[in-house]
Amino acid sequence: MARNPVTWLGSPTFPKAARVALNDTQLRQNLRKATGTIRGRRAAAVAEMDDWEQLRVAGEQVKDDVLARLDTLLVQLEESVTARGGTVHWARDAEEANRIVLDLCRAENATEVVKVKSMATAEIGLNEALEAGGVHAVETDLAELIVQLGDDRPSHILVPAIHRNRAEIREIFQRRMGVEVSDEPADLAEAARTYLREKFLTTKVAISGANFAVADSGSIVVLESEGNGRMCLTLPDTLITVMGIEKLVPTWQDLEVFLQLLPRSSTAERMNPYTSVWTGVTPGDGPQRFHLVLIDNGRTATLQDSVGRQALRCIRCSACLNVCPVYERTGGQSYGSVYPGPIGAILTPQLVGDMHDPQAASLPFASSLCGACFEVCPVRIDIPSVLTHLRAEVVEAKGRTAESVAMAAAAWVFGSASRYEKAQKAGALARFLARDGRITSLPWPGSKWTSSRDVPAPPAQSFRAWWKENRCQK
Amino acid sequence: MALFATCLTDTFFPSTARAVVRLLERLGCSVDFPLEQTCCGQMHFNTGYRDHARPLARKYTDVFMGYDHVVAPSGSCAGMVREVHPTLGTSPPRTFELAEFLVDVLGVTDVGAWFPHRVTYHPTCHSLRMLGVGDKPLALLRAVKGLDLVELPDATHCCGFGGTFAVKNAETSTAMLADKMRCVLDTGAEVLSAGDNSCLMHIGGGLSRLRTGVRPVHLAEILASTEEDPWRATP
Ligand code: SF4
Repeated sequence: MARNPVTWLGSPTFPKAARVALNDTQLRQNLRKATGTIRGRRAAAVAEMDDWEQLRVAGEQVKDDVLARLDTLLVQLEESVTARGGTVHWARDAEEANRIVLDLCRAENATEVVKVKSMATAEIGLNEALEAGGVHAVETDLAELIVQLGDDRPSHILVPAIHRNRAEIREIFQRRMGVEVSDEPADLAEAARTYLREKFLTTKVAISGANFAVADSGSIVVLESEGNGRMCLTLPDTLITVMGIEKLVPTWQDLEVFLQLLPRSSTAERMNPYTSVWTGVTPGDGPQRFHLVLIDNGRTATLQDSVGRQALRCIRCSACLNVCPVYERTGGQSYGSVYPGPIGAILTPQLVGDMHDPQAASLPFASSLCGACFEVCPVRIDIPSVLTHLRAEVVEAKGRTAESVAMAAAAWVFGSASRYEKAQKAGALARFLARDGRITSLPWPGSKWTSSRDVPAPPAQSFRAWWKENRCQK
Repeated sequence: MALFATCLTDTFFPSTARAVVRLLERLGCSVDFPLEQTCCGQMHFNTGYRDHARPLARKYTDVFMGYDHVVAPSGSCAGMVREVHPTLGTSPPRTFELAEFLVDVLGVTDVGAWFPHRVTYHPTCHSLRMLGVGDKPLALLRAVKGLDLVELPDATHCCGFGGTFAVKNAETSTAMLADKMRCVLDTGAEVLSAGDNSCLMHIGGGLSRLRTGVRPVHLAEILASTEEDPWRATP
């Protein structure tokens, strides 16, 4: 089987990729500005709601219920979609899903398709697979289009081109569209609009993702901000929707919770600009053929893990990315996957499902465990707990390493007060390394600390030694 | 009540633990320091060595079982005990971070301290988010006589320590540290205070490397300082 494309082939481990990003001053500036702005706006939008905590709990509960009954709900979804004239396809992995979509495109004799921005299709590498099969996929979301035309990779769940500024976008458009534009947002948007309009009017097949699928009615829901999605979902003759099996809600009424949680968490808007809902096919109105491709791609395996499965609650709002101090400095591409940031650090390794993969195994460590992600997550995914849980799996997979030996030794020392005290006394000898009360250089691995930070010299007397001397009557 | 000094404070920052003792005794508590204590196991747990953390959690419970309250001068270690130890199968004794203990248990915000310096305060991530300590440390600092408290910009942003994160992702950690230091320097404060020596060791290590002259001082040492017995920099 081909390598699961959840992670990009050849991506280095996180620390290595981050090193490159950290030196990119333009990237640092773009990210700091963008995440800083949206952080503030999200906080304000959420503060307007006095029942936000209850909504989060409700979101968590609905999603947990879905995960607990996923098998029956999926069957219900299949039945309701079929009853309304749609066709449901099941795909175990990326390869299978890509083949299904390619076959559907070929059945329509399509050589070009329009796409609504979709994480699921990015996850399975659909565009590349279609291209190899002679079908060109045109991204219609502005940010996604920027990434596509720039032969670039996405760096954010919601704003894939967040790492680009206006000047860079102008350069890409001029080069790829062959037009003259200024770097004014209105001009850039107009250039994209002109470019895309022709595609909408001439393309017969559209491919979308889904934010939600309602099991009892078979309705599919897409939320977007630009209206390009709306065009893809209504103009073509055939609509192919690709979605992960966890994107379900049981009933129409459950949407109420998520249509409040998602826009405020992701774009800091009270209400989403375009919410499109379609149910099967309606003769004479909209696409006349509708295909729903349900992909597993590591999800069932993730569901087996009682701690890790909460990652499947994710509604891809990207709030956790925008508050993450690690993401803000390193950008999304350092994570080597379409799912970057805190959610990527827990979802990607689980979907890859192989803790022996050095790149995937480096992701759970790409966090300072500051907890900002958990604080904002609208479905209350305890990302820090999942991170430490996955770290334990990585440690287990790695077996005996220099680190594991050192950790075992430290645990042995901490296991007894007398051993600990002896170690303290021995450690105090490090005073000889100090000048003016600070140590500026330690041998490896301490050198990783002292590359940028001093270490205080250990004092001659530990607290416990002081206590014994002053407080214990002998 | 018992003092849990934490391994880091016991070994590297004994002046903080002595300050806690001084402060709590001044407020009328009788403080014990059970010598069998070592470490709460956080480093092991957070790095993925859960099997090593488990006996340390058990040891913690054994050592502190008999006390009404345990106080730690660390939001991070108190958070580890309160939030994580139960997931490791132990039921830890009532453990508080220092500011929480003072405000919630003893019911004081003015501890009679005197500290005539310009101070800024960094609310450490685990105090802030794991324990929900909120504004309690600031309320305590505001009541300190002579203290000029200046607000830290982007105070709630992580300093980049994160335990072994600081060495496993040293460059990213340093980038976070650089931004934190920039904020600290912007305040013009001479003292950076926090409730965790781990974060102070990180930020302080950077401030010292650059010879900024800003000194990290644990909240306990500020609160223990009085006109009769003022805080002095330990060499
Ligand atoms: S993990 Fe939570 S905050 Fe992050 S994208 Fe998913 S739903 Fe949003």
